Amino acid sequence: MSISPLKLSGLEPLVVFPGSNFVNVGERTNVTGSKKFLRLIKEGKFEEALSVARDQVEGGAQVLDVNMDEGMLDGVETMTRFLNLMASEPDISRIPVMIDSSKWEIIEAGLKCVQGKSIVNSISLKEGEEPFTKYAKLIKRYGAATVVMAFDEQGQADTYERRIEICKRSYDILVNVVKFPPQDIIFDPNIFPVATGIDEHNNYAVDFFKATRWIRENLPGAHVSGGVSNVSFSFRGNDTVREAMHSAFLYHAIKEGMDMGIVNPTMLAVYDDIPKDLLERVEDVLLNRRDDATERLLDFAESFKGDKTIGKVKDLEWRKGNVQERITHALVKGMADFIEEDTEEARLMYDHPIKVIEGPLMKGMNVVGDLFGAGKMFLPQVVKSARVMKKAVAHLLPYIEALKQEGDRSNAGKVLMATVKGDVHDIGKNIVGVVLGCNNYEVIDIGVMVPAEKILAAAREHNVDIIGLSGLITPSLDEMVHMAKEMQRGGFTQPLLIGGATTSKMHTAVKIEASYTNAPVVHVLDASRSVIVVESLLGDKRQDFEAAIKAEYEMLRERHLSSQSHKEYLSIQESRTNHVPIDWNGYQPTKPSFLGLKELKDYPIEELVQYIDWTPFFQTWEMAGRYPAILEDEVVGVEATKLFKDAQAMLQQIVEQKMLRANGVIGFWPANSEGDDIQLFTDDTRSHCFTTLHHIRQQNKKAQGQPNLCLSDYIAPVEVGVKDYLGGFAVTAGLGIEPWLEQYAADHDDYNSIMLKALADRLAEAFAERLHERVRKEFWGYQPEEALANEELIKEKYQGIRPAPGYPACPDHTEKETLFNLLDATNRAGITLTESFAMLPTAAVSGWYFSHPKSKYFGVGKIGKDQVTDLAKRKGMDFEVMERWLSPVLNYD
Amino acid sequence: MNKPDIREVLKERILVLDGAMGTMIQRYKLEEEDFRGERFKNHAHPLKGNNDLLAITRPDVLKAIHLQYLEAGADIIETNTFSGTTVAQADYHLEDAVYDINYLSAKIAKEAADEVTAKEPHKPRYVAGAIGPTNRTASLSPDVNDPGYRAITFDQLVVAYKEQTKALVEGGVDVILVETIFDTLNAKAALFAITEYFEEIGKELPIMVSGTITDASGRTLSGQTTEAFLISVSHAPLLSVGLNCALGASQLRPYLQVLDKKSEFFVSAYPNAGLPNEFGHYDETPDKMASQVKDYLEEGLVNIVGGCCGTTPDHIRAIAQMAKNYKPRVAEQEAEA
Repeated sequence: MSISPLKLSGLEPLVVFPGSNFVNVGERTNVTGSKKFLRLIKEGKFEEALSVARDQVEGGAQVLDVNMDEGMLDGVETMTRFLNLMASEPDISRIPVMIDSSKWEIIEAGLKCVQGKSIVNSISLKEGEEPFTKYAKLIKRYGAATVVMAFDEQGQADTYERRIEICKRSYDILVNVVKFPPQDIIFDPNIFPVATGIDEHNNYAVDFFKATRWIRENLPGAHVSGGVSNVSFSFRGNDTVREAMHSAFLYHAIKEGMDMGIVNPTMLAVYDDIPKDLLERVEDVLLNRRDDATERLLDFAESFKGDKTIGKVKDLEWRKGNVQERITHALVKGMADFIEEDTEEARLMYDHPIKVIEGPLMKGMNVVGDLFGAGKMFLPQVVKSARVMKKAVAHLLPYIEALKQEGDRSNAGKVLMATVKGDVHDIGKNIVGVVLGCNNYEVIDIGVMVPAEKILAAAREHNVDIIGLSGLITPSLDEMVHMAKEMQRGGFTQPLLIGGATTSKMHTAVKIEASYTNAPVVHVLDASRSVIVVESLLGDKRQDFEAAIKAEYEMLRERHLSSQSHKEYLSIQESRTNHVPIDWNGYQPTKPSFLGLKELKDYPIEELVQYIDWTPFFQTWEMAGRYPAILEDEVVGVEATKLFKDAQAMLQQIVEQKMLRANGVIGFWPANSEGDDIQLFTDDTRSHCFTTLHHIRQQNKKAQGQPNLCLSDYIAPVEVGVKDYLGGFAVTAGLGIEPWLEQYAADHDDYNSIMLKALADRLAEAFAERLHERVRKEFWGYQPEEALANEELIKEKYQGIRPAPGYPACPDHTEKETLFNLLDATNRAGITLTESFAMLPTAAVSGWYFSHPKSKYFGVGKIGKDQVTDLAKRKGMDFEVMERWLSPVLNYD
Repeated sequence: MNKPDIREVLKERILVLDGAMGTMIQRYKLEEEDFRGERFKNHAHPLKGNNDLLAITRPDVLKAIHLQYLEAGADIIETNTFSGTTVAQADYHLEDAVYDINYLSAKIAKEAADEVTAKEPHKPRYVAGAIGPTNRTASLSPDVNDPGYRAITFDQLVVAYKEQTKALVEGGVDVILVETIFDTLNAKAALFAITEYFEEIGKELPIMVSGTITDASGRTLSGQTTEAFLISVSHAPLLSVGLNCALGASQLRPYLQVLDKKSEFFVSAYPNAGLPNEFGHYDETPDKMASQVKDYLEEGLVNIVGGCCGTTPDHIRAIAQMAKNYKPRVAEQEAEA
């Protein structure tokens, strides 16, 4: 039987026939694999994201993997948008696309955008034959090839036998039942790490090679692919060995028939250039040729360690160095064990204790700063370094005091930091404080919820050089504008720095900078930038820097103006006619198991731990990447793993010592929609409406067939007579955190302070997730049979949503007050609201529950003046007040 | 009517496809009231130029043209349904007439084909249900300022194409012909709709696909090379793949050579009568066109040959005369083990 080649296409053909060269799949347009790409997509910088794609094509990629699996992204929309944009770039779209997602709906959305013949990545028997067959049929109908993972109902194949069993079974179903063209099947038989020290892993590579050969010999037409860098994970940090492993692996895998793969070309040695002794040991491991292969390679690998490598050996060799070397080592490694004795030794060497700070300690911190700046150290490490530094300084302080020469210490500059009025979030601000402190700036942190006049008074009192403002919730943006105006009015001349999750360069340029013209206003994206910005502003290059920032912001303002004129908006009436089409006939909403409120006091934290979504935890520490892949990330993997271990230890402490308490309250009410409002009734007779919720509708012009969404669309309208319901919740996991934070502050332990806050935040989210699950299965009970793993929960695979007031689907923060009143949340769960509707404790989550199967998360986007007017009328609020609360979402200035 | 399977006939000889319908309709100098007929007398929008509508309002005209092409030697005639989708008919506000347009158009063509087949049973005639590209593109943005925008989605096209397919099949066509493809994504939506519909009714008709190379760049409007286009539609069980429109016979030849070499399906070609002159008319004579088509035949490039814009029964007669002296193309097995 003659075997047809695999034929793919973009604007141009790609034909893979037996004897073709290995097909190289470009991997950087993948949000799970590339931090840069993720950032660009998240920030909506599609132009730049396209240039990542273009670089891949120019760099020789023959297929482009595109993946948009990120919890914060609307995968379907983002995949569609990016592929559509790619289609209009002929130099990119000339090669075929690999549509990569773990969600079928994203894959399908991708398939609807590509005119060429693409590859789906991937399907498998993981969820059984039925979905597998269904998806394969559709892939065939859409005209694509597909990657099939060696995965079945029992799990991922990790032996030769399991690999061939699953591949054979998949192949038979595809070829015989689905009539899928065999040449369009690409197996991924799982590349796993070897030389891990675990004996069961020793044969992983051999099994892969054997399985590859078996597939090529026994499953006619099928191809074999895989992600190569996996194989060398245990040698993270040792690029010489990793590169050798990759090329030796490919050498053998290609020989056995692997003909496609995701390979990072910069991490690949030339097979023939690998030193013979290294190659022998690498191949011993890959081919499992001797029992001591792993140890021999490990030993040998030591000799190839570059300076990037972080030593695994826990010896005290470093103690043999001189004082400076020891102090530097302790600071770089964040080890406080010996710092006091080393500092003391240094103190005895100098005539003045201050010179220890200015000398050896600063020298050590400079090394830390350089490594951080070069991307060779990561934030959690720097915070640990700061802890060591603070401990050393604390040791010296009494001696400095004794010499009554405090104040001598010359600082590079004074920075005042505050979280603005109405906002309570300070993790990011504290991190910036630590980083600046490490760089010899004096940081005056006046805390959270600080009104403008207090910030300005403190600035005068301390005679600071720079003022830094932080905020996380959207009303803080306005407060920052207010601050800028007050600074202008008060004749201040200090530069103003803006930072925090909702802030942006665009908002800073358009709204804040315009209000304060006496000195530069600079948006600081993250802690690592703060040093560069402060240095530039206080150094002799200030004028250049200032000019550059001014020019950049001016450009942003122009772009903002021009982009505004591009977008088309509908009137609110037009938007309402294009609401979500739901057929309420015959729809029977489930009645919740109770109506009214239910308290959950002292909820067991140990139950919440397994519900934690870890990816945002790493983001808090400015480490981008998805959990668990981040633990194996080539760049941050080692540090991420350490951080994760510390987090696990603290979690255990939280549970054992009951450091935190979790309280919550939920409620359900009979509900029907009336236009964009939702009416809540006192009881199921629905005769008395006691509260009305006001929602906001999308007004941007949609593609044909796309509705203008509003949350009220998911509740049955009053007039159809369907008895529908709505739920609400508020939870916290941050009760009792204060004494601990005080203790950490006393110990100069920013690391644990930030860690505890970050974990409390995660636990609150986990609480919300767990409670939502119980709501679906038990309290409301509309999905009693649901059985999802945590990963699927995080990916929101369930029916129904829990949008939070103040977030994209319902951006009006003032609705949070209605929610809190309904839930009596302050009395029942111990959560209060600030004047900007931020929740206290900060580790808290609240929102609405919608149960309709069609309900989904979305962003309202920008809205028009007509809707603001209408909303103000519906809510009985002043137009100006309404406008101020909604200022981040207005489509006009 | 019992006819041999078109797949069998194609192995034996080159089949001739008919020529332009629009060119022939122009000769009738039809007026607004011809297009409106009784049924659309009070339609609120002008209908002149909506050729597809004639299936309802002037079936006599269509049948007469079909008969002329059959008489000239065409083996396959196309239904007059190039714009027979809700998407294209929306221009005339006639989305509701789409089923009737396709169903009746198929019936008229079938009647004509059956009459002629009855007279000459040794030369059976077939009806191809024509599916046009619509006037919107799924992979190109009409807005230069917003390259990510699309005026139509894949899903919307699938709905429209499925309705058209259903009506054509119920009207009795022998083959479905997806033609004048300038955006391959539109064609993929059509193929998706057609195969889904076939699965639903448990019956399959042969499918012909014909793309359009828009200019000398050798690419479709949406940017694909001929081979990329071929690969992108090959997942469907096609009877034939080919090229039509935009270019004259000689300009089309290099791209047909690609299809000849790469296609595992039968290959079709129905070029225009040359390139339009300065008045927008096609003026290549039947003899001149036939002499260019002769090159195809001598090279063994095609299995199905006919005419597109500007061609008339005279062109088809000249081509048919020529074609019967040549053997059909035989698909080359690609030299891969």
